[in-house]
Amino acid sequence: ICGFSWSSFVSRVNLSLSLLQTVEHGFPHQPSALAFDPKLELMAIGTKSGAIKVYGSPGVEFTGLHADTTAVTQIHFLPGQGRLLSLLDDNTLHLWELVAGSCRCVEDRCMCPHPLHPHPPHPPALLLSATRVTVLLLMRSGDLLCVGTEGGGVYFLELPRLSLKESQTLLQDQIIQRRVLPDDYRCGKSLGPVESLQEHPQRPGKLLIGYSRGLVVLWESTSRRVEQLFLGKQQLESLVWERSGNLFVSSHNDGGYSVWAVTTGNNVIHQPVSSTIPYGPFPCKAINKILWRTTQTGSPVVLYSGGMPRASYGDRHCLTIQQDKEHVTLDFTSRVIDFFTVHGVEQDEGRQFDEPSAVVVLLEEELVVMDLRTPGWPSLPTPYLAPLHSSAITCSFHVSGVPPKLWERLANAGRAHWPICGGKNLAPPPKNQELLLTGHEDGTVRFWDASGVALTPLYKLSTANVFHTDCDPSDDPQDPSDDPDMQQEEEWPPFRKVGCFDPYSDDPRLAIQKISLCKYSNKLVVAGTAGQVIVLGLSDERSAHPVDVSVVDLLQDREGFTWKGHDRLEPRLKPASFPPGFQPLVLVQCVPPASVTAVALHAEWNLISFGTSHGFGLFDYHRRNAVLARCTLHPNDSLAMEGPLSRVKSLKKSLRQSFRRIRKSRVSGKKRPVATPTSKEANAALAEQEDVAPIQRRIEPRSADDSLSGVVRCLCFADTFLRDGTHHGATLWAGTNSGSVYAYALEVPGVGSGRACERGAGEGGVCVEAVLGKEIQLMHRAPVVSICVLDGRGKPLPDPYEASQDLAIAPDMANAHSVLIASEEQVFSLPKVSAKTKFKLTAHEGCRVRRVALVAFGSVAQEDYCEHTLVCLTNLGDMHLFSIPGLRPQVRYDCIRKEDISGIASCVFTKNGQGFYLISPSEYERFSLSAKTLTEPLCSVQLDRPLHATPARSG
Amino acid sequence: MNKTHRVPSNRSLSTVEVKSKFGAEFRRFSLERSKPGRFDEFYGLLQHVHHIPNVELLVGYADVHGDLLPINNDDNYHKAISTASPLLRLFLQRKEEADYTFGTNSLTRKKNTVLSAVLLRPDATRKKPPVIISLPRDFRPVSSIIDVDILPETHRRVRLYKHGQEKPLGFYIRDGSSVRVTPQGLEKVPGIFISRMVPGGLAESTGLLAVNDEVLEVNGIEVVGKSLDQVTDMMIANSHNLIITVKPANQRNNVVRGGGGGGGGGTASGSSGRSSDSGASYYGYSSHGGVGAAAPAPSHIIQNFPVGELESEEEDDEDLVIEVGGEAESAGRDPADYGMPSLPRYEPHLNLRTPSALSVNGAALASGSSGPPNRAAEMRSLEEDGTVITL
Repeated sequence: ICGFSWSSFVSRVNLSLSLLQTVEHGFPHQPSALAFDPKLELMAIGTKSGAIKVYGSPGVEFTGLHADTTAVTQIHFLPGQGRLLSLLDDNTLHLWELVAGSCRCVEDRCMCPHPLHPHPPHPPALLLSATRVTVLLLMRSGDLLCVGTEGGGVYFLELPRLSLKESQTLLQDQIIQRRVLPDDYRCGKSLGPVESLQEHPQRPGKLLIGYSRGLVVLWESTSRRVEQLFLGKQQLESLVWERSGNLFVSSHNDGGYSVWAVTTGNNVIHQPVSSTIPYGPFPCKAINKILWRTTQTGSPVVLYSGGMPRASYGDRHCLTIQQDKEHVTLDFTSRVIDFFTVHGVEQDEGRQFDEPSAVVVLLEEELVVMDLRTPGWPSLPTPYLAPLHSSAITCSFHVSGVPPKLWERLANAGRAHWPICGGKNLAPPPKNQELLLTGHEDGTVRFWDASGVALTPLYKLSTANVFHTDCDPSDDPQDPSDDPDMQQEEEWPPFRKVGCFDPYSDDPRLAIQKISLCKYSNKLVVAGTAGQVIVLGLSDERSAHPVDVSVVDLLQDREGFTWKGHDRLEPRLKPASFPPGFQPLVLVQCVPPASVTAVALHAEWNLISFGTSHGFGLFDYHRRNAVLARCTLHPNDSLAMEGPLSRVKSLKKSLRQSFRRIRKSRVSGKKRPVATPTSKEANAALAEQEDVAPIQRRIEPRSADDSLSGVVRCLCFADTFLRDGTHHGATLWAGTNSGSVYAYALEVPGVGSGRACERGAGEGGVCVEAVLGKEIQLMHRAPVVSICVLDGRGKPLPDPYEASQDLAIAPDMANAHSVLIASEEQVFSLPKVSAKTKFKLTAHEGCRVRRVALVAFGSVAQEDYCEHTLVCLTNLGDMHLFSIPGLRPQVRYDCIRKEDISGIASCVFTKNGQGFYLISPSEYERFSLSAKTLTEPLCSVQLDRPLHATPARSG
Repeated sequence: MNKTHRVPSNRSLSTVEVKSKFGAEFRRFSLERSKPGRFDEFYGLLQHVHHIPNVELLVGYADVHGDLLPINNDDNYHKAISTASPLLRLFLQRKEEADYTFGTNSLTRKKNTVLSAVLLRPDATRKKPPVIISLPRDFRPVSSIIDVDILPETHRRVRLYKHGQEKPLGFYIRDGSSVRVTPQGLEKVPGIFISRMVPGGLAESTGLLAVNDEVLEVNGIEVVGKSLDQVTDMMIANSHNLIITVKPANQRNNVVRGGGGGGGGGTASGSSGRSSDSGASYYGYSSHGGVGAAAPAPSHIIQNFPVGELESEEEDDEDLVIEVGGEAESAGRDPADYGMPSLPRYEPHLNLRTPSALSVNGAALASGSSGPPNRAAEMRSLEEDGTVITL
């Protein structure tokens, strides 16, 4: 093999490659618990997989993971201490603390669990009582934890040791034996599980204990006596004190809530002050949780979840905010897990009112924050925890080093004040602005600020308004806070749609498949499922203009071919009004309207190229004419790709996915016991396994007859030597699923005239021309995943404009170029395409290349030194790094679990060695292969307690 | 080996008398024995003397043993000339209505002619039905057992040739477990096994693999620790030249080392476990540079066996590159560079299917196959520069 001599050994020392999973972006998958520390202004979210995430102001993040993946059912902060308690579904309690208040928090180590009885995981007394913990209450004194159980007992544990104070235990019998208790509470059944424990807001030590069957007890824990009994008749759901301690509110199973007065001298209170069923009179669902917050203006703000009329709106996920006459029913698309208000800290002297500033609602699929200080209670955009999956992500695209000009224009969305601002972000401002673009099933493209730890939404672009779709274009999904019409509806309850999680796509054809953005010229290309390719330009002003439509027939002269898939989307006839931001310029419609599988944009040449399962095309969007259409179908195979992505199929698929998503979000009971398979079931399963024939795999070479063989997998523009070794010029490269590579020489008017190019392209006429230069058929017929041209030094060619505007080192045009074709990788030299180097990954490792990127690794030691490396993500989820152009294997990392197909498919690399992949429908894991560029939380939290970690007690 | 004992006739007549029969007609002419020329010239001459310029012919001759053997390339043409004693009897027939079959059924029967040996004739002494030697276009490189000398006797390394065949490879693999002897005793370890053979597939027809054989290596890479899917992908990636090392489930037919045989017979096709005949023919065949392998017409070029022998790990899958609309300069240069003046012209790019891709390779090799040393050099140059064909 002839090739380059390449100093891979020298470089590896400098670059210190490593794979680090740095930070997770997005919304935690399947959240199950929420807590807020008003003192430190930190919020914690627990998940069903046993993770705990703590968030403060943007950039402040801590993560902890329980040893076993059991659902976190409750979290409670020890206010001001930077500690929190978690209750898991397996009835264990864990104490966590933010370790080493020194600002640096290494992932996963920032919190360490202190289950202080590690061996029996919870206090022995709790084991003996053999009851499940239902509620927890941290006394304000900070050293006592009250635990309510299903058996109705209340236990007291000392903190932070979590040791049981036997003497304090209050069993139900002690209440039942009170003489004052009416007989109907005594007969037969017990009082039921403890449903709520609330400490008196003014007098420490006094506890409100609510039992499931309705009885509420005011318990004086120091003197151990019952102060008052409140004889509730309804099944109790929750209790909340009013700030003064003169009132408390109970919410009930029947959808009502009652206000009780706490008056001294009266031992037994039979009736609440008031009792209402807000959504009555028909049967209503339970109000699961109620909050009562006082304000200066007089009337309290009442917030409660649930309580909807069972028959008509029983399936809605709602939270009601009520103050005086104002009444809003927030209508969410997913289940309400928990909510809290951000308000003045209780210990604050001189404050007599709660004055809630915001309510934070944790839903199954997103976090919604409503501003309670602004009239109308608008929702606040969240700077993190954004639901990436509000519509399923269908593709993603990363841009690093975004020029400030573009950044400013994008960031015009503006950031509202954020109520959770605990901790201090110590991370230096990012050197580079990074942008992550995600394409979604509903035809939107979301722009995210991916520069830092918090993945912040910047801007949302909808492409649906280019088309005439079944749904009325005027009700395009838009942020409801921008749309006053949608805020108030006339009906009762006064629903307001809140949140942006909307898994239902109106038309699956709108789904975005490919995105390409030129950061210098602000040109964007998005392509979708129905063969639509839209070129957009950035504009700061609202505009209503018609969009030019151009149809490109990719089948060309193929006869006897009928497309049986979905129809193309109908472009709008009337000019649509486009909001500021990216506005469509041209719509190129591929025929047949198969899903677009590859796009390339060269803004300097005003060219876009796009490929589908049938072929690829080249379009000059400046002159608005199609330059080239090339069919890649197998010539003998007229049945190929009649539409494997047919409408029936894709609709079915998307419906199925939608249902699966719904089901997923529905099956999440609050206190579901863990199902343990019986031995009988296990045996049955085993027997079943034995009956099933062993999995076999057929060994056959890839054939050209596969109906997917013509799928265009990648496209690439390059200024290189295609025809001969002395004249370089514009070229277009396309690779297919069956190992074919097509290279076209392009004549672009005006391009090349100012350079050392003797071809004189300018004189050729006004139109771009494309001439087929080369065809390569890889013998193994493996899909061509990526094509990239390397310059004379073996570096990838710079992006359009980078060279001409001196933004990058000019490519070496003096020495021979090579083209890197990644399938089972190989490098060819140009212009005489002959194989130079090959590394056969599949033949060696048995893995297939899924994602490929050329990554520049900077040196830690040497500021300006950087080296390019080919990174391949395989179907086994591991990363292989190769030197280029030598293709020497450098290092291999396990990255994604191989079962995690969607994770592997979603992986996107940045140019500096970082990457993202979806670890759940809603979360991106960020990783870094380079020691130089890391994005990880760097933050500090001011704590009351000493900064050293509490030693875990052994035994 | 088989052929070497058959020394060319010592009769040193300077000319060879040729009697050519086409249908009912005879033609007689003579040729220089020392300068027979090339086969295609000879072919043209035959068409000329019979006045059948546009008829596709199959050319056969009667050798010293009376067998009807084909003449279809330079090698067997030269052989025919050199062994003619003194009359060279030719039998011509239209290609489309060929009714002679080459082989040993013409006059006398002889067991160990080269061509019949290649067929792995299971039973040479059987009289009926007569052994049929196929037309040259039906010949293909055979799959083989290789590396017998370096492998443990319990293992077998099988090379399956897929090239140029419509036959599927035709086997399936599965997960399973095998028992290994370890210092701790017997241990069950996961393994990959052949689970099924497709009837009529290549794997079955070679008889070298069998159901429940454990797959140990694929093209020299151990499969230990690899998943079924990984091994599947490895095999598919190597499918054009697949070398599988197996531990046969049936250990009774293992190759017994020693002696001159070296090669082992198939478990299915051979009635005995050891067939020195087929082993010998394998080596004899390769050393003679593919007698009767390459036919001139590009439509049915068959890859020579030695190609596989010469292939190194890296160069076994030449990718096809077509330069379209190249400039005159390069069009003139390339043939000169690669020394392939007689390259057939190919249809434009649309026909990028396996057969044509193969035929390009085959043609390149065929043109270089005028002499073994020459070919090796040719191969080398091809390997280094890739197969570049200019239209």
